[in-house]
Amino acid sequence: MAFRIRTEQRVEVPKWLPTATSIGSVIIAFILGGVIFKIVGGKPLQALSFFYQAVFGNWGVFSDTLVKATPLIIIGVACAVAFKMRLWNIGAEGQFYAGAFGASLVVLVPLVPLDSPKVLVIGMMMLMGMIFGGIWGFIPGYLKAKYKVNEIITTLMLNYIIINWNNFWIFDQWSDRGFQMTATFDRVAWLPRLADYAKEVKAFSGVTLHLGVIFGIIAAIIVWWIFRYSRWGYEIKLIGDNPNAARYAGIDISKNIILVMAFSGALAGLAGMSEISGVVHRLQESISPGYGFTGIIVAWLAKLNPFTIIPVSVLFAGLIVAGREIQPTGLSFLLQGIILFLLISSDVLIRYKIRLVRVDKETE
Amino acid sequence: MISDLFSMTVLVGILASGIRLATPYLYASIGETFSQRSGVLNLGVEGQMLLGAFAAFYVALTTENLWFGVLAAIVVGGLMGLAMAFVTINLHAEQGISGIGFYLFGLGLSDLLFQKMLGTVETVKGFPKVHIPVLSDIPVVGEIFFRQNVLVYIALALVPLAWFVLNKTTLGLKIRAVGENPEAADSLGVSVARIRYFTVVLGGIMSGVAGASLSIALLNVFQQNLTSGLGFIAVALVYFGAWRPWGVLAGALLFSLINSLQLWVQVLGIPIPSDIAVMMPYILTILVLVLTVSRVRPPSALTKSFERGD
Repeated sequence: MAFRIRTEQRVEVPKWLPTATSIGSVIIAFILGGVIFKIVGGKPLQALSFFYQAVFGNWGVFSDTLVKATPLIIIGVACAVAFKMRLWNIGAEGQFYAGAFGASLVVLVPLVPLDSPKVLVIGMMMLMGMIFGGIWGFIPGYLKAKYKVNEIITTLMLNYIIINWNNFWIFDQWSDRGFQMTATFDRVAWLPRLADYAKEVKAFSGVTLHLGVIFGIIAAIIVWWIFRYSRWGYEIKLIGDNPNAARYAGIDISKNIILVMAFSGALAGLAGMSEISGVVHRLQESISPGYGFTGIIVAWLAKLNPFTIIPVSVLFAGLIVAGREIQPTGLSFLLQGIILFLLISSDVLIRYKIRLVRVDKETE
Repeated sequence: MISDLFSMTVLVGILASGIRLATPYLYASIGETFSQRSGVLNLGVEGQMLLGAFAAFYVALTTENLWFGVLAAIVVGGLMGLAMAFVTINLHAEQGISGIGFYLFGLGLSDLLFQKMLGTVETVKGFPKVHIPVLSDIPVVGEIFFRQNVLVYIALALVPLAWFVLNKTTLGLKIRAVGENPEAADSLGVSVARIRYFTVVLGGIMSGVAGASLSIALLNVFQQNLTSGLGFIAVALVYFGAWRPWGVLAGALLFSLINSLQLWVQVLGIPIPSDIAVMMPYILTILVLVLTVSRVRPPSALTKSFERGD
């Protein structure tokens, strides 16, 4: 008697299955990561408790985690928009830096007088962040729509271009007394933080959570709405699922490639603005520990659902915060890699039924 | 000041170190050329390089044998290639996304292993320069080409070899067929999966060696994120070189010469902003892609997974 593994394409996917595979991937990744960590001489249980502290611990630490989750939420949503159309925007990292640069211009040029009301300065920084991030998404979008140049390569190249561009300004032009950073921005350019209200609410003292997290939540709501109710969202989904059908339906694919890339870039640019206005308060080198890449995994793990991106970002931010305590920080990247690997593997379970079937000798 | 650049010694120095700096690109990009020609975009090169670099460094340091180091990089790179092949060929994963996963995996694991197994930045005595008899005595040319370490010579030799295999052998024909029209290749009895497994594992091995060429021949150290983007550039170079080994060589030399020039500019204290100079090859890569678009076409099946209809 012989057995054979047979796979059949699923006609209908059970509603709970994608969620189950996502959660399962995370749990198995933690176990695998723990085993690897143990083998090389780390203390996985202690690491896990750091992680638990980061996500469920006291307010102070949890607020740190939310601060780290903020750019991930915005970038995750940005990636989800592009991925829905099967546009592989690998350049969120660069669009983030472009947004940070654009927002910094407002303060460093300055584009508005720095004694203007805070609303004006912050609003201007948001606008410039989104414009610069948007341009950094527009370029690969335009090149793909017009010349069919692969967006993965152009977005990658643009990452390096903007990082060097920023370094040029930070080192050569705006350097603060020779340090590799600009001078600290005037307080008018800082996003409001909970700590600013410590006088009114004592519990807020020292809590660094800033307004950027609201940007993330609003971005998620808007993108959810676009996909749920708007014609544009419908077009994006149709192009992603079946470009030929979209073409027959008279949808302008080139226009949408450009629009979606620019929109995705603008959101990632907003993340860059939020980070320098809410956390760093200056333009400096390495403002992102790979948010642009982690955001890709966040979007994928959340199955491109804008609301799911929020808790997934908190989870990954917890990894980043815990990584500071655990040392080396590499563990958090390792886990991200394993999670994505498992997630991709588990997609097979979603697409196919896997069965063990008995094979009769005669029919073989 | 600027005129300092044009003295003979400096020019020779720039060219010699430019060729040396091109080695990691060459290994990784030649391997990636094979993957892409067969239709697989392996974006995980950076992660494979990092693990290869660590493996080579660690083994070379503990066994004091550099070739064992290279062998370790081959094994580790090959395993990473195997995993990449499984994910893209059997699981039909989206290649751009899974590549980022492999990047983060390699970045994280190499850092973890480095911190736990070495702890501090150490140096290893890397591959020495080999003076090729007679040829190395030729003025200028000898110094530029024939006083390099052995991994440089191998890398340069791989370019014509890769060209030959891709264009003049049955294997090369199968690889190109699988990358252009997998359905037709399949109907002619070529196993698409087997060919792609071969090229992706080969790509992993070459990326591993690329890492080794950094950690035990060029820099002779290992540290966190040693490659800092070299692997991603290697992927772009395949596009730059229009999927041809000689084009890849040209691209690799362009990047490495600009890097080398920029290092010398800093050494000589010439006031050219190096960050701007470093941007140029990236901009040029995009320009080349746009300008050659009417003449050069990527392999038709690139990034498309192949499912055999029964």
